[in-house]
This record gives sequence, structure tokens and C-alpha cells, in this order.
Amino acid sequence: MNEPLFRELVPEVIGVLVRRGADFAAAEDAVQDALVEAVRRGWPEGESPRDPKGWLITVAWRKFLDAVRADSSRRRREELVDAEPPPGPGAAVDDALQLYFLCAHPSLTPASAVALTLRAVGGLTTRQIARAYLVPEATMAQRISRAKRTVAGVRFDQPGDVATVLRVLYLVFNEGYSGDVDLSAEAIRLTRQLSARTRHEEVAGLLALMLLHHARRPARTAADGSLVPLAEQDRGLWDTRMIAEGVAVLQGALARDRLGEFQAQAAVAALHADAPTAAETDWVQIVEWYDELVRLTDSPVARLNRAVAVGEADGARAGLAALAGLDPALPRYAAVAAYLHERDGDPQTAARLYAEAAESAPTLPERAHLTREAARINAQLRGRAAGH
Amino acid sequence: MAKYLLLKHYRGAPAPVNDVPMDQWEPEEVTAHVQYMRDFAARLQDTGEFVDEQALTPGGTFVRYDGEGRPPVTDGPFAETKDLIAGWIVVDVDSYDRAIELAGELSAAPGAGGKPIHEWLEVRPFYGGDCVVTE
Repeated sequence: MNEPLFRELVPEVIGVLVRRGADFAAAEDAVQDALVEAVRRGWPEGESPRDPKGWLITVAWRKFLDAVRADSSRRRREELVDAEPPPGPGAAVDDALQLYFLCAHPSLTPASAVALTLRAVGGLTTRQIARAYLVPEATMAQRISRAKRTVAGVRFDQPGDVATVLRVLYLVFNEGYSGDVDLSAEAIRLTRQLSARTRHEEVAGLLALMLLHHARRPARTAADGSLVPLAEQDRGLWDTRMIAEGVAVLQGALARDRLGEFQAQAAVAALHADAPTAAETDWVQIVEWYDELVRLTDSPVARLNRAVAVGEADGARAGLAALAGLDPALPRYAAVAAYLHERDGDPQTAARLYAEAAESAPTLPERAHLTREAARINAQLRGRAAGH
Repeated sequence: MAKYLLLKHYRGAPAPVNDVPMDQWEPEEVTAHVQYMRDFAARLQDTGEFVDEQALTPGGTFVRYDGEGRPPVTDGPFAETKDLIAGWIVVDVDSYDRAIELAGELSAAPGAGGKPIHEWLEVRPFYGGDCVVTE
């Protein structure tokens, strides 16, 4: 079957069932059951019912009624059958959009919101989500059913806060790729779908940010799994079509003149993507965008990244000055300080800080990379000592 | 088949033969070491003996219950003398000898000068599941 096509329809179909009177949890289960049925039928690639949405609604509704019957509340079922509206134009609210809000509801923990979004909006199975997050399937099933209970009382027609939805999608994107589900690609798909339903600038900003980062992914990891820093990446491996799309989406958002943090981050990514070589990077403009980002978020992480950009634009000494006042316990602080100290001509301090940064690296590839940086400088220092 | 844990330490195990901190190796030696570990895990998957592999960060804290209605007590970062686990590989193998053989291979991972580290690894058998035939 054409799985992506069916998965795209999931949020709308859940919306239709909810509008017909199903509660969200039951509607979501019914649509998953219908998807399973679609898989079971095994339509050949490219073939599917002439009206896939109609098919999915019909089958999901039947599954829902079966479930209600199994719950032996026959009267309820008959009421629902009577109440079933004729198929036709949708309601005034955008059901799919409402579903995004519901799955990212502030009452949910981030982990629950992520799981529920991937299932109810993304149409992934519990098993796929479990594999992507490297947890047992039973654990993920439990997380999802608890999340559904948490939002059971939330009214479906209340507009939500786009910012909470964006945070969830950003979390999914950053999880990357660690199994048979590419969560970054899935986050892009969901953000793209969201941006088709709302003209919110930050939705466009996040979509642009994701596209611009994703476009560089093939260059970010070497064949042996090691990290390749931005300056050393083979820019020929960047996906230029995806970059062009990201830039266009970003320009559309910026033109509306309501800047937000995702747009500012995307602008930085766009300036990197725009440089034919690392040496041609427009660091002055990047510093300006980090200034905006600091103004918008006052985030220490933004200040840390700004210090790197200042180091490139105005020299390592200026970069080190920009680090002043930041908490050295900040993630990646030691790595940034090491980088700036080496460029400032202090390899001893740089090597010590790289070794320290390796100790607190958040991932194994990053740890290996930072250890290699420390080893590289130490080897140079040994060579220099031997030369004298 | 029986499962064994091959346990690596940051500290607490006897000192290896080739005991040089990693940031004092040549950069290529770091790369070669990482590659050896990847290849080792891939080989275990090929032979059908791989179960799990995890790595731990060097940080950590002791925690204990401190009584009804009170938050747990934490004991700050580990003391320098504490035995510190770095990570493990779980294998499912035919015999104890095979587990020892694999630990030996893992301990041969290259370090400074491209020479094996001869790191001491702990090999720990898991308790088995219920036996169907017990008498």
C-alpha cells in the first residue's frame, strides 16, 4: 500500500471520527486499526482505493463501532449511527490542526506529547515509535495510553498554542535517526503538513531550520561513523534542492516581519548553507542573527553559539571575551572555550579543555571527536618539544 | 546458550599494560580504537552472539531513600576512588570459554602506539531462566 499517503490522512480521519461523536482515544485506536487493515490488504505500490480518505473513514468508523459493540454499549452505538452526518464538506475548524494542539497539550510531559504526536498525527505504529526511541514496545504502548487518558477531558475545538506544537516537533527532529524510522524526516513531514494549515511565521521558521539542517546530514558523518565538523564538511554532499527550499520558506516567513527564535536560527543555518567554502562564511551577519536570538530568547546556549561566531568575525580574543559571564557548566562550554583558546595561540589550555569537554560529551561520536582534538594538539605539542 | 556481561571500567579494574590516557595518543590511534570497537560489535552481530551494548558517561551520584515524605539524599559526585563502570557488551554464547575468548579480543583493542591496550575486562555470567528439565 501507499503508506505515506495513508499516514498523511490519519489526523484528518481522526478529526472526522471525533466530530461524529467518538472520543479522541477511541477514534485514534480505530484509525490505527484501519491502517493495519490497509497494510493487511497489501495494495501494490502506487495502487490504493480510488478515494483513500473515504476508504479510511469508512473502515475506521466501522472499527470504532465494532469496539463500541465490544464494550457492549449497544445503545450508545445506535445513537452514534443515528447521529452520523452525511459525508460532505468538513466543519469550520481544521480537525487535523486541532489534533496537533491536542497531542502537544501542555498537560502532557514532553516524552508523552512526542509519542502521542507521532502516533495520532504521524500515523506511526507503537512498535515503530518504540524502536525509534529504543524502548520496549510495551513501555511505549503504556506511555501512549497514559497520554490519551491525560488529554481525555480536553475539548477538541479549543485552539491551542502553536509554540507548544513547535517544541514537540523540534524534539522529534533532534532525535535524528537511530533505527528503522527516520525521526528527522518524520518531523519535517509533520512540520510541512502543519505549515500548510497555518500561516504562522514560526512554523515556517522551524520548517526552514529543519530543512537547512537536514540538507547537511549526508556530510555530517564520515563513513566510519565519526563526526565531521561544519568547517571540514564536503559541501558537495549537501542537498542543494533542500537548501533552496529551506531558504525560500525562510524568506517567506521573514517577509512577514514577525521574527521568532526559529526564524533566527534558520537564518544562521541559511548563511552557513549559502557559503561555497567555510572560509567564505558571512560571520558578521551570523553574529547579527545571534544578537537577535539572544534578544528573543536570552538563552545561554544562544550566547555560547554567539561567542563562536564572534570568534570567527572579530578574532578569537573577542570570542573569548564573549564567553565571559557564561556558566562553564553549560553543555559544550568547554569545547567552545577549547576551540577559541587554540585559535588564540594557547594550545596547552586548548588541549586540557578538549579533554575536559570529552569527559562531559553528550554522545559517543562527540566524545571521540573531542578526544581526537585533544590528541591532535597534544601530538603537535610533543612534536614542538622534540623539535627544540 | 548462556548470556555474559563483558564489563569495561573507567577505573577500578587493575591497570592495563598499555596505560596511556586517550588524549595522549596520536589522533589516528583514537580513530583506530573507535573503529575496532565498532567492528567488534558488528562481528558479534554477524555471528549471532550480540545481545546489547551500552556506554555510560563518567559522571554519577549515589542516592538513597531518606524516609517518608523526604526527598532522596544524594551524595554528590563520585569520589576518585570509586570503581567506575564505562560500559558493557552482553553476549549470548555457547560456552564460558567463548565468553572468555571474546573478552580477550575486546581487550586487544588498539591504544597508544597502535599496540593493544590489554585492558582488564570483567566477565560476569547472567543467572539463567527457569529450566524446563530439572530432574
